[in-house]
Amino acid sequence: MKPRQQRMLAVGLAIVGIAIAAGLTFRAFNENMMFFIEISDVVAGDYPKDRTFRIGGLVVDQSIERQEGSLEVEFRVTDTQCQLKVHYEGVLPDLFREGQGVVAHGVMAADGIFEADKILAKHDENYMAPEVADSLAKHVEDQTASLRENVTGCAPE
Amino acid sequence: MIPEIGHFALILALALAACQGILPLIGAQRNDSTMMSVARNAAYGQFVFVALSFGCLIWAFLQDDFSVLYVANHSQLSLPTGYKVSAVWSAHEGSLLMWILILAAWTMAVARFSKSIPEKLIARVIGVLGLLSVGFLLFALLTSNPFERLIPAALDGADLNPLLQDPGLAIHPPLLYIGYVGFSVAFAFAIAAMIGGDLDQKWARWTRPWTTVAWLFLTIGIALGSWWAYYELGWGGWWFWDAVENASFMPWLVGTALIHSLAVTERRGLFTSWTLLLAISAFSLSLLGTFLVRSGIIVSVHAFATDPTRGFFILAFLAIVVVGALILYAWRAPALDSTVGFSPLSRETFLLLNNVLLVVATTVVLMGTLSPLIIEMMTGGKISIGPPWFEVAFLVPMIPLIFLLGLGMHTAWRKQDKERWFSVLRIPAIVAILLGVVIPVLFYGRVTILIVVGCVAAVWIFVTSLIQPVRSWRRKDGAAAITRSALGMSIAHFGMGCFVLGATVVSAFGVESDRGIRIGETLNVAGFEFELRELRQVEGPNYTAIEAQVEVRSDGEFVATMRPQKRQYLVQKNWMTEAAIHPTWSGDLFVALGDQLGDGAWSVRIQSKPMIRFIWLGAFIMAFGGLISVTDRRYRESTK
Repeated sequence: MKPRQQRMLAVGLAIVGIAIAAGLTFRAFNENMMFFIEISDVVAGDYPKDRTFRIGGLVVDQSIERQEGSLEVEFRVTDTQCQLKVHYEGVLPDLFREGQGVVAHGVMAADGIFEADKILAKHDENYMAPEVADSLAKHVEDQTASLRENVTGCAPE
Repeated sequence: MIPEIGHFALILALALAACQGILPLIGAQRNDSTMMSVARNAAYGQFVFVALSFGCLIWAFLQDDFSVLYVANHSQLSLPTGYKVSAVWSAHEGSLLMWILILAAWTMAVARFSKSIPEKLIARVIGVLGLLSVGFLLFALLTSNPFERLIPAALDGADLNPLLQDPGLAIHPPLLYIGYVGFSVAFAFAIAAMIGGDLDQKWARWTRPWTTVAWLFLTIGIALGSWWAYYELGWGGWWFWDAVENASFMPWLVGTALIHSLAVTERRGLFTSWTLLLAISAFSLSLLGTFLVRSGIIVSVHAFATDPTRGFFILAFLAIVVVGALILYAWRAPALDSTVGFSPLSRETFLLLNNVLLVVATTVVLMGTLSPLIIEMMTGGKISIGPPWFEVAFLVPMIPLIFLLGLGMHTAWRKQDKERWFSVLRIPAIVAILLGVVIPVLFYGRVTILIVVGCVAAVWIFVTSLIQPVRSWRRKDGAAAITRSALGMSIAHFGMGCFVLGATVVSAFGVESDRGIRIGETLNVAGFEFELRELRQVEGPNYTAIEAQVEVRSDGEFVATMRPQKRQYLVQKNWMTEAAIHPTWSGDLFVALGDQLGDGAWSVRIQSKPMIRFIWLGAFIMAFGGLISVTDRRYRESTK
């Protein structure tokens, strides 16, 4: 092959390769793209229906309930303004605790409970996912007060 | 006092790095050998001072000097001595200092093992490395001084994150950094040669061993990180497509492409400008990785606490390096026209395909990693990309790559005779297809297309990479023996086969199960019976733990006793899962203790991971292959 042909071959192959990668990327991308939705928005009904998304916030004090001896657990997560009930079945991460930041992946069930298939708590206790930190900063007025019961200022469900 | 000496040594190192970065480059331009001769000595001197500074930081940790902020934040009195040392690189400031130390060590190695390389070229190489060092030293001194004092001093430290108190993680970052930073040598060679315009086959020969050594360390570093995540994070997975993992994987992919394209440049004088571009990319991606990890702009389980100034500094540095290198490239590359040709059926073609596919794979990973950032900037929406996407998109370039690998190894440079090619490869192809179908059916009793593709690919690589070594081994005296270079290649490819086999089998036949269990109860998972015998309290040096004793049986026969722990570290009060793993060649059993479910029950995560060891074993064999290939005679002749 002449150098010119070589270059054409190289360029041609690169274009084909990149086109394939790009095509697949955009096709599969939408299916695997998960939005982070703030809890206030979820409570207000503003979330993607019928697909998984992420939520994040602080685990509300005394909100963890589990059935004795079962892997099923329910707790509430707050962005300090609104609260959302989350249901999960499985082993919780080590740093999952009341008052601690968490991120959950899952879907909204018909009964207004977030059905989580994955719970993440970060592996450094000083670290909080930036999106959770943002969401909290936006809603915070009195964090300690809102961690308790009776949250005011949340849009009705 | 000692921390101040460390700080001062770092400033002196900066001064020396500046000399090393400026004088030799001017000297090379003016043909002034006095100025060029500064290069080596400045490099040695810089290493001495950086090492002194690093030593001071280790000293501060060993002495529990909690008047140093960094020590107070990352160590503690009762921390075992070994972890006091590894705590040095457990967070941003110290790991940056280690990065600088490794850069200085690489530079020293280049200065030492380059006697046969022309004075001008080596002066420029060391000069470019000096400039990089200036950048990092400024970064450390201006934004992340590890010797900053804490006044008044703390009585005790805040302790090292328990997850990092592990031998695997103590050695993973140094190895990873040796790899990352090692690509700076290939980068410096590329820049130096572009400045001087002396880009020939010799240049590729000098660059090759350095690139291979950097690559082999990066390979081991990534493998150790994956192994650590597997047993320490308690999730039982081996790769999560996390932004930080991707940040180390992208330089590896491009580095692998670089090794292959350097082979073409060295042997045939082709692909020179492409090789340059890859050398620039590999190092730029290492820097990009650092930026992603340090700035905290990307959501990751690994992310360090964020600091915008640091992110900005790295971004600016990255911009200078990339833009500067690309301008130089745009200026020089058009002159690199080669007149040599090759036939479509030749090793050159296969190496070209290798490069295209590896670059596509890198692009896939890069897009997946950066898209959350781009989408947030464009729409304000916060998204994340799930691992399933990466798995699909990554396999697209990888599957053809694996099959082409076997073909390429048995194709001659310039032009391959078709008849001979078919006669050599026919039998391996038949063997691969047969075994690839038989193995999963026989051992696991189930097949899907992906399993067959994976097993066929693995066997195909095994057989094709063994042909050459076996032939040379059976050959009688007098015949030409296999070169170290070719042997190294065969070994590395064999390792790739191991990896493919392990990854295929564990993805297809791995079993994971989260369950509740009480003392005396037995769970059946993946054909094994797991009985929880007892729970007891155990004391570690700086933690207390609840330890479960789980007896594993297969058809009533005793297999192993596994002891997963739930540790509570005394200072940070965090709970930590310490999974129990029973490793065998055919697969691992994995038990992690979860939390109390009430009513005497505990949650456990039980997993069976067939062939998972082959993933890391494969990576180590690949690295070993790299090691064998750098011992090839022609590099020794050229480096003495």
